[in-house]
Amino acid sequence: MHQIDVQKLSKRFGARKALEEVSFSLHTGDSLAVVGRNGSGKTTLLRILAGLAAPSRGTVAYMDNGRTLDRAEVRHRLAYVGPELTLYDSLTAVENLRFFATMRGIAIDDGWIEAMLSMLQLAGRGDDFYGAYSSGMKQRLKYAVALLNDPVYLLLDEPTANLDDEGKKIIGEIIARQKQNGILIAATNETGEYGFAEKLIRLGS
Amino acid sequence: MASPKSSYGLAAKSLAVLRKDILSEYRTRYAINAILLFGVTTLTVVSFAVGQIGLPADVYAALFWIIIFFSAMSGLAQVFVKEEESKTAIILKLTADPTPVYWGKLIFNFLLLTLLEVIITPLYFVMTDVVLHNAALFFTVLILGSIGLAGATTLIAAIISRASIKGALFAVLSFPILLPLLIGAIGGTKKALGPVEAPFAAASSELQLLVSYAVVMITASVLLFEFVWEE
Repeated sequence: MHQIDVQKLSKRFGARKALEEVSFSLHTGDSLAVVGRNGSGKTTLLRILAGLAAPSRGTVAYMDNGRTLDRAEVRHRLAYVGPELTLYDSLTAVENLRFFATMRGIAIDDGWIEAMLSMLQLAGRGDDFYGAYSSGMKQRLKYAVALLNDPVYLLLDEPTANLDDEGKKIIGEIIARQKQNGILIAATNETGEYGFAEKLIRLGS
Repeated sequence: MASPKSSYGLAAKSLAVLRKDILSEYRTRYAINAILLFGVTTLTVVSFAVGQIGLPADVYAALFWIIIFFSAMSGLAQVFVKEEESKTAIILKLTADPTPVYWGKLIFNFLLLTLLEVIITPLYFVMTDVVLHNAALFFTVLILGSIGLAGATTLIAAIISRASIKGALFAVLSFPILLPLLIGAIGGTKKALGPVEAPFAAASSELQLLVSYAVVMITASVLLFEFVWEE
């Protein structure tokens, strides 16, 4: 049983409060929607949860059967997809996938890559450079990289940004699978997306 | 979709970073153009200024390492600056352990320096009146100096990559750290260029300094890199 425990998380940028005492606890199978107006701290919260920023106060603990995971263990179980994330423009989609798979310590073969690209409706575009992709295709490939390690903790910032209806449907399926097997936290401004989650936190209110 | 599980060790991950950087550099020429342009330009200026004048070996040695040092300053920081500027550092931090990132970048910087030296060194001897008395010592000093230079600048590049004035900060931080290396490298090169008997024995203190510097700098960098990269 995996768990994420967030206690009184606060973040300040100088005098400005970006987050004020956010607390929640999630277990395997839980999903959380983080909502709020622009600038309410949604991305800041996800960045702290992903280990990309340090909180000013408060704690974040990732646990596996009651044992707190260290940073490297969290890295191997966590994936994050967000607008600030960029893959390598000068590598093709397949080269990007192979590189990040190696860094994750995962061996992927041509069949896995083809199946993943096909699922994300990028079949036949694997040898195109990431820099030549449209914004929606880039978003889809970020999901392919995120799913490389079958993440226990999946953090999504604006999960359907830049995606067409077909892309939103695919992401909906990924979210549904994650809710069965792991923990999902998604920050969104789209009121239509609140429904995917059983729990909801409204920031900046 | 379940992903196939396997395991890659430190060497495989480091080589993946190196391969990615070589492929990316080959396609974009991000660092190599800067480093080669600076190297060749500086060499040309030096050759016009001193090419026809017979100078002592220590002056030729110093000029040679000035060219290498400033060329390195113009390009070696790119290995991390590029990751920050193109915003790929975030996903690299999310997916990769720090140690293979450091080793991959270190080897890439060493290869970049080696390429610079392969071009600059023969041109330096052609365009100036300098005479090489001991090639074995010269190349030993050059290789050891390059390892130390790459080791130190790779960590400094990671430190300055998120700063707003990267170029100036890189040179300012690098100079005091690289000073012992430059002193040893210039001293060793001087003994390779001059007519010295038993040159390896004569340059033993410089060689010891260069080996020690490279070992200490790379060991310290491996230990410190995780904090520099993740904090």
